[in-house]
Amino acid sequence: MKNNPIISFNQVSKTYITLDGETEALKDVNFTVGEGEFVALLGPSGCGKTTILSLLAGLILPTSGSIFIRNKKVETPSREIGYMLQQDYLLSWRTIRHNIMLGLEISKQNGKESYQYALDLLDEMELSAFKDHYPNQLSGGMRQRVALVRTLATRPDILLLDEPFSALDYTTRLRLEDLVIETLKKRRKTALLVTHDIAEAIAMADRIIIMDSNPGCIKKTVNLPPSLTKTLPFGSREVPDFQKYFQLIWREMNEND
Amino acid sequence: MTNPINSYLTRGAKSNAHAAFLKRHRTRNFVIRLVQIALFIAFILFWELGANYRLIDPLLFSQPSKIWAMFAEMLLKGNLHNHITVTVIETIVGFILGTVFGTAIAIAIWWSPFLSKVLDPYLVVLNGMPKVALGPTFIVAFGGGYGGIIAMAIAISIIITTIVVYTSFREVDSNLIKLAQTFGANQRQIFGKIVLPASFPTIISTLKVNVGLAWVGVIVGEFLVSKQGLGYLIIYGFQVFNLTLVFVSLFIIAICASLMYQGVAALESKLLKNRE
Ligand SMILES: Nc1ncnc2c1ncn2[C@@H]1O[C@H](COP(=O)(O)OP(=O)(O)O)[C@@H](O)[C@H]1O
Ligand SMILES: [Mg+2]
Repeated sequence: MKNNPIISFNQVSKTYITLDGETEALKDVNFTVGEGEFVALLGPSGCGKTTILSLLAGLILPTSGSIFIRNKKVETPSREIGYMLQQDYLLSWRTIRHNIMLGLEISKQNGKESYQYALDLLDEMELSAFKDHYPNQLSGGMRQRVALVRTLATRPDILLLDEPFSALDYTTRLRLEDLVIETLKKRRKTALLVTHDIAEAIAMADRIIIMDSNPGCIKKTVNLPPSLTKTLPFGSREVPDFQKYFQLIWREMNEND
Repeated sequence: MTNPINSYLTRGAKSNAHAAFLKRHRTRNFVIRLVQIALFIAFILFWELGANYRLIDPLLFSQPSKIWAMFAEMLLKGNLHNHITVTVIETIVGFILGTVFGTAIAIAIWWSPFLSKVLDPYLVVLNGMPKVALGPTFIVAFGGGYGGIIAMAIAISIIITTIVVYTSFREVDSNLIKLAQTFGANQRQIFGKIVLPASFPTIISTLKVNVGLAWVGVIVGEFLVSKQGLGYLIIYGFQVFNLTLVFVSLFIIAICASLMYQGVAALESKLLKNRE
């Protein structure tokens, strides 16, 4: 691990309390992420992956333990974080141009320069021609690219990706994986990807944190070799190491059941 | 082959199958319209002739020709303008204010979940209560002029608007709210940028319902007090047993109400043009 982590979780536990009782979603979670690193959280559904992202985004508070971003304790949503949800959630009543400005409007980054930055990103995603279209006129892959632009427009250092490709068809998904990695690496963003898809985790990440459920905790961390981390996701799937790590992680995940 | 009726019915066809489809579709629509008109003419004829042959009591139900004659005469003499204007203005003010106030209450309730829980049973009871029964109270409280009548129109539409709009606020996808929160949105921003625009179609649609409700409120209000307006004409007609006057008023109300409804529907489709 790098000397100076950008994200760190120290003994974090989260218990949801509702009228029906308590759900222990996370128990004693410890991990760090280095600057510029791409980490995947891999685990079955219900193991607390989304809870980890919500905690990091400052949307909820831990029951115990603490979370730091650049040595600052997380208590409210912060500018450093960009969050991509499971679906694009574009606002149907706004044009694409106004959809990508949403974060800028809310965080009052109203400068001309910020708007231009967002429009340039849209151009980079080859969506400039659709500026004045409405979301329902775009395909699923295009919409998710718009959502990526909306997230990057506020210039966060850390990206949280909560199964962002799960609603897309396979081909679109592979293409988008490459695009996301290229875009993030180019800007040296730190990223935390949540997924239950082993192949996706191996193809995209530098490091994989395997989680277990009931209560959610970290089972094992797997560092991927340069042969997998230096290639784009689509190419990674062809590398011989890919199968090896797939087997390894598969066994790890299915061990004690 | 190319007779004009056939080519009219198949205009814009992209292929033979499409032409056949268009022809069937348009013929069917044409027949529907034809039957609608025929039904209307039959109704008017039955009414007119029935009155002539005393199958229908013309004293009670008047007669189309008399209604039309009186309508034309009053219109030419300028006796109607005033009544129509007064009632239409009261109705428009009533349904706009009913929608605005109802939405305002819905916003207040959305802002405070505690308030919403507290008010819930009251809204249910108020919604079930026949507001017209309170008519006399409104007249006393807000005066016998426009005030009382408009209050009546508002009373009829405000609670249902509150309930419908608040429900649509609550049904906004929680993920859209989460999205705004990830950007650090406060309550006011969540409302202004997500909840309100997402519920806009519902608010517009209550406008359409409220047009109808406001008509009921205004006419009832005018029954109770006024010295002018279409509701007044109806009551006056009954009092002097001039049923033709009553039907003239109903005829005008039917026309104004449909026009207003069409207007709001047109506004709706214009405002919601780009929605899914
Ligand atoms: N708001 C909430 N209230 C109560 N329980 C919750 C809430 N959010 C998540 N949980 C519970 O916490 C556990 C972890 O959920 P989550 O973090 O969404 O898992 P994952 O994203 O890995 O599928 C699940 O058992 C879920 O039912
Ligand atoms: Mg999840």
